[in-house]
Amino acid sequence: MNVGLFIPCYVNQFYPNAARATLELLKKTGVNVGYPTKQICCGQPMANSGFEHLAQDCNNVFIENFSEFDYIVGPSASCILHLKDHLHSDTQEGKATEIRGKVYELVEFLTDVLHIESLNATFPHKVGLHHSCHGLRGLHLAQMSELNAPPYSKPEKLLAMVEGLERVTLDRCDECCGFGGVFSVSEEAVSVKMGKDRVRDHTRNGAEYITSSDLSCLMHLEGILHRNKSNVKVIHISEILNATI
Amino acid sequence: MSQPNTKDHAALAEAFIKDEERVDWHDGALWYIREKRDIASKTIPEWEELREAASQIKSNVISNLHEYLIQFEANLKKNGITVHWADTPEEHNEIVYAILKAKEINQMVKSKSMLTEECGLNEYLEERGIGVINSDLGEYIQQIDNEPPSHIVLPCIHKRKEEIGELFHEHLGTEKGLSDPTQLTRVARKHLRNVFMTRRAALTGVNFAVAETGEYVVCTNEGNADMGAHLSEVQIASMGLEKIIPQKKHLSVFLRLLARSATGQPITIYSSHYKKPREGQEMHLILVNAGRTRQLGRPDFQNSLKCIKCGACMNTCPVYRKSGGLSYHNTISGPIGAILAPNLDMKKHADLPFASTLCGSCSNVCPVKINIHDQLYKWRQEIVKEGYATSTKVFGMKAMAWTLSSSDKLATAGRAGRWFMQNVPFVVNNKLNPWYKQRDMPDGSKESFTEWYIKNEQKNPE
Repeated sequence: MNVGLFIPCYVNQFYPNAARATLELLKKTGVNVGYPTKQICCGQPMANSGFEHLAQDCNNVFIENFSEFDYIVGPSASCILHLKDHLHSDTQEGKATEIRGKVYELVEFLTDVLHIESLNATFPHKVGLHHSCHGLRGLHLAQMSELNAPPYSKPEKLLAMVEGLERVTLDRCDECCGFGGVFSVSEEAVSVKMGKDRVRDHTRNGAEYITSSDLSCLMHLEGILHRNKSNVKVIHISEILNATI
Repeated sequence: MSQPNTKDHAALAEAFIKDEERVDWHDGALWYIREKRDIASKTIPEWEELREAASQIKSNVISNLHEYLIQFEANLKKNGITVHWADTPEEHNEIVYAILKAKEINQMVKSKSMLTEECGLNEYLEERGIGVINSDLGEYIQQIDNEPPSHIVLPCIHKRKEEIGELFHEHLGTEKGLSDPTQLTRVARKHLRNVFMTRRAALTGVNFAVAETGEYVVCTNEGNADMGAHLSEVQIASMGLEKIIPQKKHLSVFLRLLARSATGQPITIYSSHYKKPREGQEMHLILVNAGRTRQLGRPDFQNSLKCIKCGACMNTCPVYRKSGGLSYHNTISGPIGAILAPNLDMKKHADLPFASTLCGSCSNVCPVKINIHDQLYKWRQEIVKEGYATSTKVFGMKAMAWTLSSSDKLATAGRAGRWFMQNVPFVVNNKLNPWYKQRDMPDGSKESFTEWYIKNEQKNPE
């Protein structure tokens, strides 16, 4: 099985440790991982701002870099959802369609494709799980609190395999953190207020770490924690699942 | 995105958020209602099937609106109700005025109708010497404060009880400092009783209009629609074209969904069916278009006409809870308002589809399964295509797209990180970037993953 590793642009730059943890974690499972070094961006920043039509070149670069792989896996629910929903091409639509069907967020790849049942990981800390909206309501990584439907949670299933980890219960289990891409600056006041309230839910309930399958949410929450000199840290789920003492 | 001389959503929200204590309380009050809705919906095992049924009934209505409207009109006439058609808000207001003028009526009582708010009916009639009193308590409070409703179901949810006490002191002569909700409600009740007794005309909105029978249903908790209608000599109902349901039996789906979605109640206290005028009474029904057929003609957005105005999307929306309904500067606020308003005036409301994180909670609580967050995304594309994005934004996006589309361009532009810090809008590292007002950025100067990979993995393949 050949897996193409997709590392979103901002993760590449700001969270290389999460990217390395994702790579190591995938290698541990025994799959062949390739990383096309000329990859750039999924095109979401333009598309969510109303400029979907400007993302065509991004789409073509993505197709050129990734179409040969059996699966494409990335540590970012939001970017993956964007690709699943909006990757199209004027010239290579066949390949675009194929990619939309084989692109996976890391957590769902581990649970749904590789069917991981155990992990050799230890993380002896209190952890709050933040659901990214695109992961939750877009990729259905867990049941959504609004629906009258049976509960399940793919990230919780994986976190439960980590030795020593204690998950904290939140008052609002799946409320948006307020990042929202360009929303974070165009609606700064609302974005920050939403982020502050999410942070408070985690800290009030005793979290030492906030984790998520989306680093964009975490970057926003980290920015607030850091500005307020909090000891609470953010950590991408790949780093927990790959953690050994 | 912002319009000259008017504040956009971001600016109005920022002003609202300055009073953080109020925001926390507003957020908590609405979240409490969202929780009540969750509890109520989860007591019904077939809840998701009900939503699907409601959505499909409304799909049928939208696809066959023409036939249902003709059927409804014929049945209304059979029942003795006078039917009027209004293409625009102005036409609607003229019709109401003509009805009242013919009977020499100069005072009217109104039960909540967001449509007449949308039409600006109160102002129109007042300019012509006709006084209008909103009889729903929340709307009444908003009216005496000269402010539009901030929520379609809870019109004054953004006001504290002390503020309401102050308003009552000023307008109804209550004791200064009195803010006990029960006592204030009693005062309003007494005042409104007198209004009901003396008004010869009553206007209500319509929740559901049954094509099959030519009757309409109004749902209230206060009974004020009935009080007005039963005492009136002239009863007027104003409804948007989309309020039609085909058959009476379909009420069994919608009435179960409406109040549970709106407030977590099993059903509203009153579900009043109006069908025929009493002896000596006149009944009029005004069918209002006001842009609805234009929305019907937009394939991506026509499903927004399924809305039954429960307000669940507002209660669940974190942006709405933090920013307050008035920040949407439109009669219908919140997520549903943000997909309805651009149809009415795309330029004026170009900011609203961007007042969302696209979190998708709105679509999940919607009892008629409108894909609200998908439509917000689509409106963004539409607004940019129609040229309502600012030129700086267009330039910035083009530059970003150009650079993000090729790693060669990034290589010539210097290190990826340096470029990233200077160009990606939420990252741009300077004091003018709103990101830094209340947040830090992670350190972007370290070695990128790609650089690490090329050094460590590509040169030493395992």
